[in-house]
Amino acid sequence: MKARSKRLMLVGGGVALLFAAVALVLSAFQQNLVFFHTPTEVSEGKAPTGKTFRIGGMVEDGSIQREADGVTVRFAITDTARVIPVTYKGTLPDLFKEGKGAVVQGRLEGGVFRATEVLAKHDENYMPPEAAHAVEQAQKAAQTLSQ
Amino acid sequence: MIPELGHFALILALVLSLVQAVVPLVGAQRNSSALMAVGRPAAQGQFFFILFSYFCLTWAFIQSDFSVQLAATNSHSATPLMYKITGVWGNHEGSLLLWAMSLSLWTVAVTVFSRHLPDAFLARVLGVLGLVSAGFISFTLVTSNPFDRLLPAVAEGRDLNPLLQDPGMIIHPPLLYMGYVGFSVAFAFAIAALLSGRMDAAWARWSRPWTTIAWVFLTAGIAVGSGWAYYELGWGGWWFWDPVENASFMPWLLGTALMHSLAVTEKRGAFRSWTVLLAIGAFSLSLLGTFLVRSGVITSVHAFATDPRRGLYILALLVIVIGFSLLLYAMRANKLMGGGSFGLVSRETALLANNVLLTVASASVLLGTLYPLFLDALGLGKISVGPPYFEAVFVPLMTPVVVLMVFGPFLRWKDDELLAEVRRVAPAFVASVAIGVGSAWAVDHLTWRTALGLSLAAWVVLASLQLLVRRLGERAGASAGSRLRSITASWWGMWLAHFGIGIFIIGVTMVGSLDRHLDVKMKEGQHAELAGYTFVFRGAVDADGPNYDAARGRIELLRDGRSLDMLTPEKRVYLAQGMPMTEASLDIGVFRDVYVSLGEQLEDGAWIVSLYYKPFISWIWAGCVLMGLGGVFAAADRRYRHLAARDAAAAVGSRVAA
Repeated sequence: MKARSKRLMLVGGGVALLFAAVALVLSAFQQNLVFFHTPTEVSEGKAPTGKTFRIGGMVEDGSIQREADGVTVRFAITDTARVIPVTYKGTLPDLFKEGKGAVVQGRLEGGVFRATEVLAKHDENYMPPEAAHAVEQAQKAAQTLSQ
Repeated sequence: MIPELGHFALILALVLSLVQAVVPLVGAQRNSSALMAVGRPAAQGQFFFILFSYFCLTWAFIQSDFSVQLAATNSHSATPLMYKITGVWGNHEGSLLLWAMSLSLWTVAVTVFSRHLPDAFLARVLGVLGLVSAGFISFTLVTSNPFDRLLPAVAEGRDLNPLLQDPGMIIHPPLLYMGYVGFSVAFAFAIAALLSGRMDAAWARWSRPWTTIAWVFLTAGIAVGSGWAYYELGWGGWWFWDPVENASFMPWLLGTALMHSLAVTEKRGAFRSWTVLLAIGAFSLSLLGTFLVRSGVITSVHAFATDPRRGLYILALLVIVIGFSLLLYAMRANKLMGGGSFGLVSRETALLANNVLLTVASASVLLGTLYPLFLDALGLGKISVGPPYFEAVFVPLMTPVVVLMVFGPFLRWKDDELLAEVRRVAPAFVASVAIGVGSAWAVDHLTWRTALGLSLAAWVVLASLQLLVRRLGERAGASAGSRLRSITASWWGMWLAHFGIGIFIIGVTMVGSLDRHLDVKMKEGQHAELAGYTFVFRGAVDADGPNYDAARGRIELLRDGRSLDMLTPEKRVYLAQGMPMTEASLDIGVFRDVYVSLGEQLEDGAWIVSLYYKPFISWIWAGCVLMGLGGVFAAADRRYRHLAARDAAAAVGSRVAA
């Protein structure tokens, strides 16, 4: 009987540990998902306010401006249909350029997207999939409208 | 001509791998020693042909033979020789060839170092490895032939991705592949054991050194990759929870669990069925990692190919391997039940907790890596799972692992008294918490995370020292020298690796809590301050390289008015593809790195400069070195050779008797 109850405790303890760990993982997962939105969705107010999310699109031509401190940058990100103004403080990635794809992560504050992270990827011709997706969506929408 | 020879050699290697897969397995089933004996020469011949094929491809790169498609897209006549050679694996096709070559190298190592294994068992191991090899070589030949010609040839190649033109990238992929692929040996041992029904302490003892060596390679590969990301990506991060990093971290976590579970199986005969499952799991995660990285489902510097046919092929391979292994496991697992029983408080229990937590940790990384891909594939939207998730999961999951890690070795196998042991380590535990909180306060960063990290590190160091003292005191009366000698290499290995984790935690905690960063616009002669250091910008000069143009900034680093170093970060533009690159410059120290990189040049001639202060970051890699060294010690234990000789003698004896 004693050996058996020991075994039960061991198994019970193991299962309890497993459940606790899995519960922890799932709750952390729920809290830390970062959703992606297209500029059109953002301008239609479908993006969350006060929560971190990502926008993908193209850096609009002629939109990059530097403030006097040199490290604060303003630019606009577009899916060819709508344009979202972005501010970012920090060093931009090597391949961040006007007319090229980029993904920004941050929060929306009073109509301006305050980015904490700017991603442009590793290859000259490469388009971040989120950016490509956003442009594709906008163009699809434009086609349905014109029909 | 030479590329065609290489192609032909690879086809021969495929044929030999099929021979190696089929003949010994049939031989083992029919108990025919003639058939079983085919495995060894087939494996060695296969290695020869893959090596030859690999040299042919390298030759095309060295000679800048741009009629070979792969060389034309990944090399350039002006690329330095070293990067021509490493460019061979800086692409999808060549890296697959490297994969096949590592597998073949491991197989040859098995044929050389496992002569003492019973013939039937060795035949099955080689057969399984042959099957895996056939899968990968055929994948290479069918979907990704590295020897494809480009006709007409182009005059100049497009050059290797500049990010990969770095010394770190010379050693990172081979190390990582040796680790990834090394788990195939543990996998083959597990499958051979399932096939033969033999799964005893001797089996665990045979598997252990192989698993440990593969783990050492994987640890080293991940550490080098992390070091590369740190100084090459130009913004001072060392781990990004990027899907590609996760792909190598998952097998590492499960491989770590496997090493510990094998220890229990060898010493106590317990956990057998669980050990087999972990061996299958670790190798499956290696394959999954290859799939994620090579199929193009993840876009990163590693994802060279986006041909869906390739992804499908690896996915099919993955499904076949996992499916068949689990089927075999389900059919045979009932034979694996039982084993040594153990009490509630015992070293087995501690290792069981370690296994549960490491497995959950591995699963949590899997979830965070695959879930966004699933959602995307099903068209349910795009999300990303970033560092906050992994940090939220890893701190609570790893805290008990680390606490138990140094407490477990105090416990005896089978049964122990909890209270007595707890009382023994309680002073060290209390002292660690005091040291952790105290030093967090001393560095003026008293957050719960810093205090927890430093307490854990102190606990690892103090408890390790106490364990060492206790171990040395075990043979009272003996001389100090003989006491030291009485400790086995595998014990030192365990001790060193655990100690290394303590050092690693110090690095992670300090750099996580206390690093400083400043982006600033600088003109010649201007200065900036960060973390007590002064940075003076001394202008930028041209510094063109063989295959790039560059501007090199000169930034003087001073402390208290004393000049410490002249840092020279560069901004390069690689000519072949016009690709810009940031080359950081570091002043490396034991207790801190100072890290500088150049941003853009502005119209008025000023530069954006990024300054970083990274306390204790070297300790992260020092910890990894200690872990790897621990693995080397553990695998080098004399026990494996002595008992191997005994096993061999027993096998010969039984053969004579038969």
